[in-house]
Amino acid sequence: MEEIIRLDNLSFCYPDGQAALNDISITIHQGESVAIIGANGAGKSTLLLHLNGILRSNGRVKVLGRTVEDKNLRWIRSRVGLVFQNPDDQLFSPTVFDDVAFAPINMGYCEDEVRQCVTTALERVGMAGYQSRSPHHLSVGEKKRVAIATVLSMSLQILVIDEPTSNLDPASKWSLIELLKGLPITKVIATHDLELAQALCRRVIVLDGGYIVADDAADRILDNKRLLAAHGLAPAEVA
Amino acid sequence: MKHSFLDHYSEGNSLIHRLDPRTKLITSLLFILAVTSTPPTKWPAFAIYFCLIAILLFLSRVPALYVLKRSLVIMPFVLLIAIFIPFFKEGEVAGSYNIWLWQVSVTYSGLQVLWNVVIKAWLSILSLILLTSTTKFTSLLKGLEQLKMPRVMVMVLSFMYRYLFVLVDEVMRMKQARDSRNFGKQQRMRTVANMIGTLFIRSYERGERVYAAMLARGFDGQMRTLDRLSFRKLDACFGTGFGLALILTNLLY
Ligand SMILES: Nc1ncnc2c1ncn2[C@@H]1O[C@H](COP(=O)(O)OP(=O)(O)OP(=O)(O)O)[C@@H](O)[C@H]1O
Ligand SMILES: [Mg+2]
Repeated sequence: MEEIIRLDNLSFCYPDGQAALNDISITIHQGESVAIIGANGAGKSTLLLHLNGILRSNGRVKVLGRTVEDKNLRWIRSRVGLVFQNPDDQLFSPTVFDDVAFAPINMGYCEDEVRQCVTTALERVGMAGYQSRSPHHLSVGEKKRVAIATVLSMSLQILVIDEPTSNLDPASKWSLIELLKGLPITKVIATHDLELAQALCRRVIVLDGGYIVADDAADRILDNKRLLAAHGLAPAEVA
Repeated sequence: MKHSFLDHYSEGNSLIHRLDPRTKLITSLLFILAVTSTPPTKWPAFAIYFCLIAILLFLSRVPALYVLKRSLVIMPFVLLIAIFIPFFKEGEVAGSYNIWLWQVSVTYSGLQVLWNVVIKAWLSILSLILLTSTTKFTSLLKGLEQLKMPRVMVMVLSFMYRYLFVLVDEVMRMKQARDSRNFGKQQRMRTVANMIGTLFIRSYERGERVYAAMLARGFDGQMRTLDRLSFRKLDACFGTGFGLALILTNLLY
């Protein structure tokens, strides 16, 4: 299988000295769906922000065979779709159309192509007909869907998504999971929702305090209650 | 939470609503220009301006009471500035009063300036209310952009529009959190100051995250957009008609 993301001994400190990632090495192959699970503050979001060069530390990230560095950024960002944890950060335009069109316009597509991309992307997330709505008038579930559409409108190869199911009611959560299941691309999903990890991913990586503490097949990790409890992902009494 | 206090009634479908936002922007600007440049003595001209705007408001089917209420909002500001003019302007004295040690006198020309400032401000605000309550804020932004207003300014306005509501929600949540913990005691200045500080930091950090979200989708400091407004015959007719009316009013009276 083709290697699609490769992190070698990645470490990262925020400017205020907070060490968020320590010695992370991961390899992800074409077509995999990987869940990155961990308690609050484990470093999941920080890790995802490295995958398209929003955060950079020491040049040890390779995406689609290219090192994440200035000259490759544009190329990489057009292939890695990063959906942020909070849809209010992701959706910054006055209308849904503008938001979904933002990426294709920046990729330099012509007007017809942009419209085409927007329509298809919104259809894929089941939000056709919402083009002229304002993001601030949408429900959380609708915002999450539009947020996904904003990256589907690019020519994606990797979907990187942060906490897709936080704040969703069970019905919206499961319909979102179905939606993600139907997308035939490589997925990296940060979450602390074990049901989501179970339903979508064959492989699970557990982070704690910026370290990888486990990286294995999903069922082996999700059935290991002791491991989960030790890292704040299951009730402690089970251990 | 839902809000729409910026462009209430803009979802309508009247003749005025259907005009291109650019036409409306330009005619509003022309109207304000005409109103402010008319000398105070030409009072029939003001009557005509008022009729013009009243007709348009009627055509737009925006409730008159709503327009009236909104237009009164600016009056305190105008009055605050203009109320002292009659006392300071030189000229024929209309009345003179003794307030404690002060001898104050009001002049006719001063009163005229006051009246003139108030009526001009009121007419201008009416036209702006007409503009904003018949145009969606987003189309207004598009209009501004296509009238070659600098991109950065349009962006700033559009972020304002997008995050105003998010910020309002944040303030409400902070207020609720504070009120549920201060057990009915008097608010302290310190708490308020802290809240303002927190709000500032939160907005700043949100700014950074939004910028990251823009970068992630290929933003490189250059702002690009699509054109999608249509300037039709209706706009041409309306624009010339309205422009003519203004010019005639200015010339005739
Ligand atoms: N902008 C920042 N400046 C300084 N420290 C930060 C910043 N963002 C995150 N951190 C710190 O880095 C660590 C990892 O944070 P991160 O947001 O990656 O965690 P997370 O796993 O995504 O948590 P959550 O589940 O709450 O989203 C935390 O200790 C956090 O306090
Ligand atoms: Mg996070």
